[in-house]
Amino acid sequence: MTALLEVSGLSKAFGGVRAVQDVSFAIEPGELLALIGPNGAGKTTCFNMLMGQIRPDRGAIRLKGRDIAGLPPHRIWRLGVGRTFQITATFSSMTVRENVQMALISHKNASRRLWRPAAGTETAQAEALLERVGMAEQGDRACSVLAYGDLKRVELAIALANDPDLLLMDEPTAGMAPRERIELMSLADEIVAERRIGVLFTEHDMDVVFAHAHRIMVLNRGQLIAEGAPSAVRANEQVREIYLGSSVEAGAASGEGAS
Amino acid sequence: MGDFVVTLLTGLSSAAALFLVASGLSIIFGVTRIVNFAHGSFYMLGAYIGVTTVQSIGGGAVGFWVAILLAAVLVGLIGVAMEVLLLRRIYRAPELFQLIATFGVILVIQDVTLWIWGSEDLVGPRAPGFTGAVTILGQRLPEYDLVLIAVSPLVLAGLWLLFNRTRWGTLVRAATLDRQMVSALGVNQRWLFTGVLFLGSALAGLGGAIQLPKGGADLLMDFNIIAAAFVVVVVGGMGSIGGAFLAAILIGLLQTFGIQIFPNSTLILMFLVMAVVLIFRPWGLLGRPEIPGHGVVEAPEAPLRPAGRSLRIGGALAMAFLLLLPVAHLIAPSLVGDFSLVLTIEILIFVLFAVALHFIMGPGGMVSFGHAAFFGGGAYGAALLVKFADAPMEIAFWAAPAGAALLAILFGWFCVRLTGVYFAMLTLAFAQIAWSIVFQWGEVTGGDDGILGTWPSDWASSRVAYYYLTVGFTVAGILAMRRILFAPFGYTLRAGRDSPLRAAAIGIDLKRHQWIAFTISGAFAGLAGALFVYSKGSVFPTSMEIARSFDALLMVLLGGVHSLTGPIVGATALTWLNDLFSELSYWRFLLGATIIALVLLLPDGLAGLGDSWAGRRLGLASPGSESGAGPGSGSGAGDREAPA
Amino acid sequence: MTASAPPPVLEARDLHTYYGGAHILADLSFVLNDGEVVVLLGRNGAGKTTTMKSVMGLVRMRAGTVHLEGADITGEEPHVIARAGMGYVPEDRRIFGDLTVMENLEVGRQPPRPGAPAWTPERLFGMFPNLAEMRSRPAGRMSGGEQQMLTVARTLMGNPKVLLLDEPSEGLAPVIVDQMAATIQALKAEGLSILLSEQNLHFATAVSDRAYIVEKGRIRYEGTMDALAADAEVRNTYLTV
Ligand SMILES: Nc1ncnc2c1ncn2[C@@H]1O[C@H](COP(=O)(O)OP(=O)(O)OP(=O)(O)O)[C@@H](O)[C@H]1O
Ligand SMILES: Nc1ncnc2c1ncn2[C@@H]1O[C@H](COP(=O)(O)OP(=O)(O)OP(=O)(O)O)[C@@H](O)[C@H]1O
Ligand SMILES: [Mg+2]
Ligand SMILES: [Mg+2]
Repeated sequence: MTALLEVSGLSKAFGGVRAVQDVSFAIEPGELLALIGPNGAGKTTCFNMLMGQIRPDRGAIRLKGRDIAGLPPHRIWRLGVGRTFQITATFSSMTVRENVQMALISHKNASRRLWRPAAGTETAQAEALLERVGMAEQGDRACSVLAYGDLKRVELAIALANDPDLLLMDEPTAGMAPRERIELMSLADEIVAERRIGVLFTEHDMDVVFAHAHRIMVLNRGQLIAEGAPSAVRANEQVREIYLGSSVEAGAASGEGAS
Repeated sequence: MGDFVVTLLTGLSSAAALFLVASGLSIIFGVTRIVNFAHGSFYMLGAYIGVTTVQSIGGGAVGFWVAILLAAVLVGLIGVAMEVLLLRRIYRAPELFQLIATFGVILVIQDVTLWIWGSEDLVGPRAPGFTGAVTILGQRLPEYDLVLIAVSPLVLAGLWLLFNRTRWGTLVRAATLDRQMVSALGVNQRWLFTGVLFLGSALAGLGGAIQLPKGGADLLMDFNIIAAAFVVVVVGGMGSIGGAFLAAILIGLLQTFGIQIFPNSTLILMFLVMAVVLIFRPWGLLGRPEIPGHGVVEAPEAPLRPAGRSLRIGGALAMAFLLLLPVAHLIAPSLVGDFSLVLTIEILIFVLFAVALHFIMGPGGMVSFGHAAFFGGGAYGAALLVKFADAPMEIAFWAAPAGAALLAILFGWFCVRLTGVYFAMLTLAFAQIAWSIVFQWGEVTGGDDGILGTWPSDWASSRVAYYYLTVGFTVAGILAMRRILFAPFGYTLRAGRDSPLRAAAIGIDLKRHQWIAFTISGAFAGLAGALFVYSKGSVFPTSMEIARSFDALLMVLLGGVHSLTGPIVGATALTWLNDLFSELSYWRFLLGATIIALVLLLPDGLAGLGDSWAGRRLGLASPGSESGAGPGSGSGAGDREAPA
Repeated sequence: MTASAPPPVLEARDLHTYYGGAHILADLSFVLNDGEVVVLLGRNGAGKTTTMKSVMGLVRMRAGTVHLEGADITGEEPHVIARAGMGYVPEDRRIFGDLTVMENLEVGRQPPRPGAPAWTPERLFGMFPNLAEMRSRPAGRMSGGEQQMLTVARTLMGNPKVLLLDEPSEGLAPVIVDQMAATIQALKAEGLSILLSEQNLHFATAVSDRAYIVEKGRIRYEGTMDALAADAEVRNTYLTV
């Protein structure tokens, strides 16, 4: 059986900056894999290569056995990859529901229809997706006026519209309140379990990472330095030093300590 | 050989003025994001003012140069006046809106110059100490040319130091990226902008004054230089002064050598070079793709809503007016003359043309500076069929949009690969190439004499019948385009404009959609062109020229690019104003002043009036509500409302 | 908060801000005393960012007053407010993408201010070592977290007395969040008064003296960090921890 996604020897340099060097890993269906690492480690760059926003210098990316390295994003999406962005990207002149409808329309290959009004197309399904991410009440608001955390949820709804096999989430819970983070990630858990999709996500909130990831990879200066079960990664000396710091226990402790 | 070297040096010297104007243009665009069409006018003013300052100071060895610099400073101050009195008030308007204001300024400056200095060309003063000629390999070259050759590198070095080695330059570049943030860091951005306008305008003025000994001053200088200056800026790469330098030399040489080889086609050569450069280097020679960051934040557009009651009522009233006008004409010809039908036909044709342009410009975010190519393409398509195949009107009316669509497919294939101003300039280049083909291929197109005798079929030949035909086509065209915008295709187009990144990440092949949209727009512009030909009975190259493209642009912007009714209102207003003023002397001044007044009073375009009201109902902030400069009490927006 | 206390360094009274017709801030007041770190807590869309933008003059208030060290700065333009000693770090970073790190810092530079710590690029690099390695890299080519550090550093170059920090811990690696917390404490020790906006309660608790809870544009709770930590009910009602 081939893995859902298999990456080998992925590399990218910007001028002199070697953002990603020789990264290899695989994701199985139904797996939540976290990619963590210091700021500037190359996580977003990895995502951009997986989804085609950036063309890798070297390396292979196999999705369900098919090499997708260097394909443009819209082709990769049609092969079953959805994505949310670290810096949210939505259609600001449309309402929340229309944003989701757009993705559904594209999924149905209906984006070139010239005549039937878009307003009535795919509304029920859009509604259902918004319901899932808890944005149903705000469906009629313009995306441009949403608070940041809400935008993140809209992004997730959009990313789920094409029933992806692989979901890439770049800091999905950034800008959210703690409980909302948990809710969103539980939702991701559900979807993974239900549809057996694979999820690769980055996150700087360690509560989220350790509570939800099945497996964790650590990237530093473009290179994978550790990989394994959450408990193993948490115990790794090097990871603690360059990334976790004292936060895992101390961060929580300081919250309690003050009380 | 000597011939070659002297031509080379002449080309380099003529590049000097071009570089000065283009660098000023580039700097102003870079910081304020304003495409300053009035820059050619500043160049012209530099020349005229230079003549006057040299006369009053005296053209002595020192006096001459003092007078030239003084002219540059005075033009710089005129630029400052334009900024303080006009542009500063509309920075918050949608991008490109300021462009219309600068259009108005061009018109005003033309008539003011005519009024002050008269219509005679002025001979420039000679530069003391550089009146002779040097002999190079047996050929004579004016000494002053050598002075001009030395000017550009000096200015280039000065500007580079200014922008990269001074605090002011750093602040200016930061303001280019995010004006509000600069002000939140304690910098008074107004002074930055004023300073930039001064610098840019003074460079144009210097260009005009310094070329006096060579070229003198005349009233056509503004338009003659502006096209070339734009080409230079774009070929060099927007915002790259080094690029402008290289491109100025390239275009300067092209013009001097070109004039010897193809005496009549230097213009087409220049645009051809631009097209080739942009196809291979989409951001110009030294330009770079924009680095993501926080650009100039524009207020987001409100979501599309189906026509509300006021729009339906307005539409019904307009329709009733259009249908009843001929009836009124037949009943009371003395009150509603033949001319009112003629004018309404013309208005309708331009409304259709403007709506077609808006189709790609508003929802598509693709600004075309050369849409006359398709209007004229349709017009010529129909006329050629009549001329060579004796085709009846019924066939020509199908062929025209089809022909224009084919042209759009061809041009669009190249253009949609670019974005923003580069896209705009490439459309302009193609339009100019098309224009010069029509203009110079006399055997087929009749060249300057045009094609005559394109009259409607018998059934449509009466004024009233043709009127109804025009109403039918225009209204059908508008409704069809509107329908498309509300269909998935139109949504997809807007999606691509809002966020190309997200559009690609939901499987949309944006370029392809843009290409289709470009073609649809071209077809409707072609239809407008066909209506035009049959209403006039003839067609001339003017239906394809730059001015026609700019008219359409002006209509869309004046009406309000963020509104579907904008182009209709804008085209009606502008066509009517044009007609109103055309008989008067100093009509340019009147038209320019009216445009400026409209811009100041209605910064969201004419249709913006209605929109700010609609925006209130949709819970969207008005563009003014969040701003670093000037009061914006926030007039838009309301709480979320339940859908109707 | 006794009558004899010196006047607060920043005081906002009865702010009302609208986005168009939407009433975003209603009757919002707060004070920031000299040398204090105060945090605005609240859910997404509560109005924390809008409060900061209103104070900074980036959004027009419809009513209310803001005093900085006793001087009325209500309705002033952002650059005037910045020059009066207010530093603002936006949540969405807004670095100048085309400019290098050094140039970004230069844009923020203002003359030193009596009574406020004076910063130089070198001092800031000591505080944010990541940045020191990329002095001449265009800021648009830095990672999200690197940009976040640059925004703080850039604002400090203005030598402010009061710092408005909108979600400074967002998007930072845990070690850097620790660093940011240490930085805030160091800044406090240097005499800066800081108004934070946060959703990360751990972080807020670690650095702040007092908290205001904002909901729907109104202040719902005010108290010391210790009191808040002890009051589970308030936390559960407003903070959805
Ligand atoms: N430009 C705007 N026009 C209209 N409404 C807006 C605009 N900007 C923000 N809002 C609305 O104002 C409210 C307050 O937003 P604000 O950004 O101040 O919240 P916040 O507390 O900072 O949230 P977050 O934690 O997500 O950053 C939200 O409901 C938001 O949707
Ligand atoms: N277009 C670019 N040109 C040059 N350098 C770049 C570019 N994009 C990213 N980099 C550099 O590559 C490195 C990796 O950046 P990336 O955005 O992948 O980091 P990241 O791991 O996502 O960090 P964060 O957690 O802060 O978002 C950084 O040092 C960044 O400065
Ligand atoms: Mg990242
Ligand atoms: Mg906020």
